[in-house]
Amino acid sequence: MVKPIYGVMAEFETPTALVNAARAAREKGYRKLDAYSPFPIEELSDALHLHKNMLPLIVLIGGIIGGITGYLLQYYITVYQYPLNIGGRPLHSWPAYIIITFELTILFASLSAVFGLLALCGLPMPYHPTFNVPRFALASRNRFFLCIESTDPLFDHNKTCEFLETLEPREVSEVAH
Amino acid sequence: MADEPQVIDKPAPKEIIAPGYTFGTVTDQIAAVVLTKKTPPLFWMGSFAVGFGLLLLFLLAVGVLFVRGLGIWGLRAPAMWAWDITNFVWWVGIGHAGTLISAILLLLNQQWRNSINRFAEAMTLFAVACAGMFPVLHLGRPWLMYWLFPYPNSMAIEPNFRSPLVWDVFAVSTYATVSLLFWYVGLMPDLATLRDRATDRFAKFSYGIMAMGWRGSAKHWAVYETASLLLAGLATPLVLSVHTVVSFDFTIGIVPGWHSTFFPPYFVAGAIYSGFAMVLALAIPLRSAYGLQGLITDKHLDNAAKVMMATGLIVGYSYIMEAFAGWYSGNVFEQAAIWNRMTGMYKYQYWTLIACNVIAPNALWFKKVRSSPVILFIWSIIVLIGMWLERFVIIVASLSQDNLPSSWGRFEATRWDVATYLGTIGLFLFLFFLFIRLLPMISIFEVRTLLPQAKVKEDEA
Repeated sequence: MVKPIYGVMAEFETPTALVNAARAAREKGYRKLDAYSPFPIEELSDALHLHKNMLPLIVLIGGIIGGITGYLLQYYITVYQYPLNIGGRPLHSWPAYIIITFELTILFASLSAVFGLLALCGLPMPYHPTFNVPRFALASRNRFFLCIESTDPLFDHNKTCEFLETLEPREVSEVAH
Repeated sequence: MADEPQVIDKPAPKEIIAPGYTFGTVTDQIAAVVLTKKTPPLFWMGSFAVGFGLLLLFLLAVGVLFVRGLGIWGLRAPAMWAWDITNFVWWVGIGHAGTLISAILLLLNQQWRNSINRFAEAMTLFAVACAGMFPVLHLGRPWLMYWLFPYPNSMAIEPNFRSPLVWDVFAVSTYATVSLLFWYVGLMPDLATLRDRATDRFAKFSYGIMAMGWRGSAKHWAVYETASLLLAGLATPLVLSVHTVVSFDFTIGIVPGWHSTFFPPYFVAGAIYSGFAMVLALAIPLRSAYGLQGLITDKHLDNAAKVMMATGLIVGYSYIMEAFAGWYSGNVFEQAAIWNRMTGMYKYQYWTLIACNVIAPNALWFKKVRSSPVILFIWSIIVLIGMWLERFVIIVASLSQDNLPSSWGRFEATRWDVATYLGTIGLFLFLFFLFIRLLPMISIFEVRTLLPQAKVKEDEA
């Protein structure tokens, strides 16, 4: 069943107020919530238990694939596909392969970092319900928002709004789909 | 005497950014440069015009090169590398300061980087673009540049992976790609700010597409912070490797004056030295033209000047070691190569570069010099000239007089050498000032984190 609204959102003036509100909401038992801020706030990640993510693993795998690709590419080409005898040096001249192996490790790892970031964040996402809140444009300037989503089992329109009002926000608003 | 605690009156440290800023005013001031409809300042117009004019010169020089071939440059045996490769190394080196600021200083938690990293990264990107022009134009048949990469082809030939020139292709193209990615990731939150603040429909749409729907979610920020750290960790060894590989172009060859093991650190230090000079040369006029002294403060200039001096001293040490190693090698060719540099055909260039790179940076010991933007600007230009001459002397002096005296020759630059070089300066200025007009030149969200009110106060909880 599609909920009639995406959630309710409270607006705060300072990062401290947002972090305290996020903590209070977690304590109250809300789990489907997200905070929006114009810059990263470490305490907020703590409050919302966001410290673990898959990105380091993705980057590690990307780097390993890049390294193997770089080495095998050179090995295959210099030993099998296009062997060049230069001064009688061995065809499998591994010291000369190190640089390109290294560069491709970095290249693949960086590409996985960026595409991993986009994938884990679900970006690009040109539309999101939060953009329907007129004042949400300030989330990229100087205001801090906490949104409790309607998919949360504890969500109840009136009760959740009342709870958010107790956190002394500047404003509480509905987030339409 | 001993029972009284000694109180040392420390002068208050200079702030990284001026007091009195709020999240809103920081945002407005930086975004206004891009979003305002007013005509940009005269400084922008002038620089952009110069850049555009020189860019046209570049197109002309490249057009003539395509039609008439490499002979229009002064390349004659034995000096088949000259201004082109000098310019390549110079531009790549300049790029390195941007990565140093954005990656290495991020890992070292140097917060002053936050207000200069954006334009320094842009500088990196455009400098690498200029650098990339030269090896490609020097190919002789630049339109076949894709032959540099290994790909399945009907000629059944492949590049020689034992050659440092092929390593260079991989190093520089990886560097350009990673710099672009890092820069873009850094821009995403600021593009969202511009999207939210733009009033013009077209601007709103374009920034919106580029911001990819960034909305500052805490879940996103958590991943974002991990991604920035990982990218910085990857870019740090990369930037050191790039100039190392550039120096391999020389050291792997057995030309006297090139074949030496200390080239990699020497080149990396020189790269950062010239790069910081370029950062200063761009930051000083920019901050006064746009009134950004509150964000790019004297503290930034002071720190950048210190890095410039430190790397300049490493470069000076390298010159001494280079001369010593040449003499100590006991090899007549090495000794002659060093002696020719100092007293031969290119002695004026050599002694000028010594004046620019060894003597001049010592002025930066004095706080008076470091705190005067005008002097720093002049000094950074001196350093840029010195570093260009350094590469020129290393390349051309060694090639003109190598092992076989009967084939010695003197390199004379032609007007097309000059035109191509000035042309890339035009390309750089054109791209850079376009960037200033279209994208935030200072990382807005990172400057917000520097404000005192960005700290979460725990005791109020």
